[in-house]
Amino acid sequence: MESEQLVKLSDLPIGDSAKIVAIHIDDGIKRRLLDLGMVRDSRVRALGKSPAGDPIAFEVRGAVIALRNDVSSNILVTR
Amino acid sequence: MAEEREYRVALVGNPNVGKSTVFNHLTGLKQHTGNWTGKTVAGAYGACVHHGVSLMLVDLPGTYSLLPHSKEEEVARDYICFANPDATVIVLDATTIERNLNLALQVLEVTDRVVLCVNLMDEARRKGITVDCAEMSEIFGVPVVATNALAGEGMDALLDAVVAVARAPRGAGRLAIPYPNYIETEVERLYAKTGSRWVSLKLLENDPVTVASIEAHGTVDLHDPDLAQSLSEAREILKEHGISEKDFKDKEVESYYAFCEDIATRTVTYNNKEYNLRDRKIDKWLTSKSTGIPIMQLFLGVILWLTIVGANYPSQWLSALLSGIQDQLSALLVHLGAPVWLHDVVVLGMFQTLAWVVSVMLPPMAIFFPLFTLLEDLGYLPRIAFNLDKCFCRACAHGKQALTMCMGFGCNAVGVSGCRIIDSPRERLIAILTNVFVPCNGRFPTIILLSTIFVGGGVAACLQPTVAALAVLLVILLGVAVTLLVSRLLSATLLKGYPSSFVLELPPYRKPKVGSLLLRSLLDRTLFVLGRAVTVAAPAGIVIWVLANVVVGEQSLLAHCAAFLDPLARPFGLDGYILMAFVLGLPANEIVLPVLLMGYLSQGALVDMENLSLLHTLFVENGWTLLTAVNVILFSLMHFPCATTLLTIKKETGSLKWTFVAFLLPTLVGLLVCLITTQTVNLVRLFL
Repeated sequence: MESEQLVKLSDLPIGDSAKIVAIHIDDGIKRRLLDLGMVRDSRVRALGKSPAGDPIAFEVRGAVIALRNDVSSNILVTR
Repeated sequence: MAEEREYRVALVGNPNVGKSTVFNHLTGLKQHTGNWTGKTVAGAYGACVHHGVSLMLVDLPGTYSLLPHSKEEEVARDYICFANPDATVIVLDATTIERNLNLALQVLEVTDRVVLCVNLMDEARRKGITVDCAEMSEIFGVPVVATNALAGEGMDALLDAVVAVARAPRGAGRLAIPYPNYIETEVERLYAKTGSRWVSLKLLENDPVTVASIEAHGTVDLHDPDLAQSLSEAREILKEHGISEKDFKDKEVESYYAFCEDIATRTVTYNNKEYNLRDRKIDKWLTSKSTGIPIMQLFLGVILWLTIVGANYPSQWLSALLSGIQDQLSALLVHLGAPVWLHDVVVLGMFQTLAWVVSVMLPPMAIFFPLFTLLEDLGYLPRIAFNLDKCFCRACAHGKQALTMCMGFGCNAVGVSGCRIIDSPRERLIAILTNVFVPCNGRFPTIILLSTIFVGGGVAACLQPTVAALAVLLVILLGVAVTLLVSRLLSATLLKGYPSSFVLELPPYRKPKVGSLLLRSLLDRTLFVLGRAVTVAAPAGIVIWVLANVVVGEQSLLAHCAAFLDPLARPFGLDGYILMAFVLGLPANEIVLPVLLMGYLSQGALVDMENLSLLHTLFVENGWTLLTAVNVILFSLMHFPCATTLLTIKKETGSLKWTFVAFLLPTLVGLLVCLITTQTVNLVRLFL
């Protein structure tokens, strides 16, 4: 089913929103993401890329969080 | 009635929720200076009296959670968890309640002596967000006060609530956040031994730093065999449920946020679903590929232009005013029958240096600081970090270095202590060592003045400020380029490593309050920096005068020193007096130019300092060319940090070795750049 398809958060088209399924990152940075409300099942929306294309800004729980691709490519989301 | 004791009140909150504004409002702007980014880098203290009750407020560094990731967050955690304040005020941003509640829940788990302060209510109103504070208070069982700290709304109610909470007897009514059943069972098992739900949770979570703090504060005896037994049993059972120590934290935070979502749905109403639309539109302009970088440069250019053009007039008034005072001071000393040497030391040495520092430094600072604070209050600085992150990533440095670099424009010492926001030690050290490559406010006027005289001097008068602003912009861009290059070099040599991951919050844009902005930037920053310069300038003025006027053999001491340094300075396109001025300017960069002028003047007649063409003549008479001016500007951009910055580096790194590197590195880079520039120009001249 297409709606169940997993994509990397870094590949989420700008303007689209999705639900976090898994975060495959080492402990330190993962805990920071958790603190910011990026837990399983949280909704995130890709807002815009920086001039160089990396990092990308995401909306999480009403706040805007910028992530480098090395982090966002290890977060799996589903639409 | 017995005298009531002073209550200790802690202020916590996520970064960028206006926590320091609340603090400043309550303590009447008496917070110590150095809080430049809106980030409190170390706890600040301030006293406040409310209806006769004394409160000692502690402004803790902004933090997202009580699980610290950086040094400054540890400060906040330790204070809340172990210092037992009489009351804790948790400041929340009314526009992002759900995210902000995460920290609130964690604090409420530790203590119920809490007042929730829902700040930025005006922003929320503007965005059509309403917060039901009564309902929230009902849920948490603690007072909840709606405030708008910038306008002072709700501050009285907040203090009433704080006093009530501080006076209340200590109870045990802490918030119990519902965790999944299998966790609750194990927490209960440990509770029997520890007597604290929070300590039990933290032991299960097993974060080494937190556990060490619990042990250090003697909350429980971890060597108690009974407790150790229960703990290992509990962990065993959790493992059977498929929860390793790593997963435990995940489950904990998931529970927090499930609770946050629940509370947010019950208390927050969004009357406008697209409430963030305006911010997103602004972001499109300020951070997109086509416009992000040009707008950033435009902002910087405009700020510099305004500073240069605007500073001219007040500079002239101040100079005229101070020279009038100088005449009177001189007359007074003569009238009192002071000996000539004393008259000269006081008037020509001390006062004239002081007058220079005030008339040349004050106007640009008084214009630059408010403009810079404006960008900061609008929420633009994190966007700069966002735009430039890739560059810093390529330099194997931390993206937040862009923020500490911006702080450096104000004062490098502040930029260096601001590096605490970077949690990776390697990248923090890189940021500290390279901070001096952005010109601080003590060096700006030197760069501006020399650009105006030598670079802007060749064009029509009306274009002068523009040309000078462009020249200064170029100098700053060069500074940024050198910062990146040196960061990359350090990553490849002394501080090997790869860039670490990080997250950066882009806070909502805020409407700044002009009044408090002016007050803060002028009182807190301008006067602070000026005060420091003046305290250094007065004694320095005396020392320089003595050096310039005590004659040994045929020359003054200053001339001897300059003559000694001269051959050293020549290959770099500088001269002995210039080098001398930089050395004597170690306590504060602001006095480099006055020292230099006094050195040149000791052989010549006195010059009317407000007249730029006379200054130009003085420099030219002393053998300056455009190349000399360029070299002085380059060396001013890249040389050893001032004494205050060096002391800060020593304090922040705790290492003499790195302080020494911080001294040597920019000096060598500066000398190298001057050497290359000079020799290239000389070589070109040979062939022309």
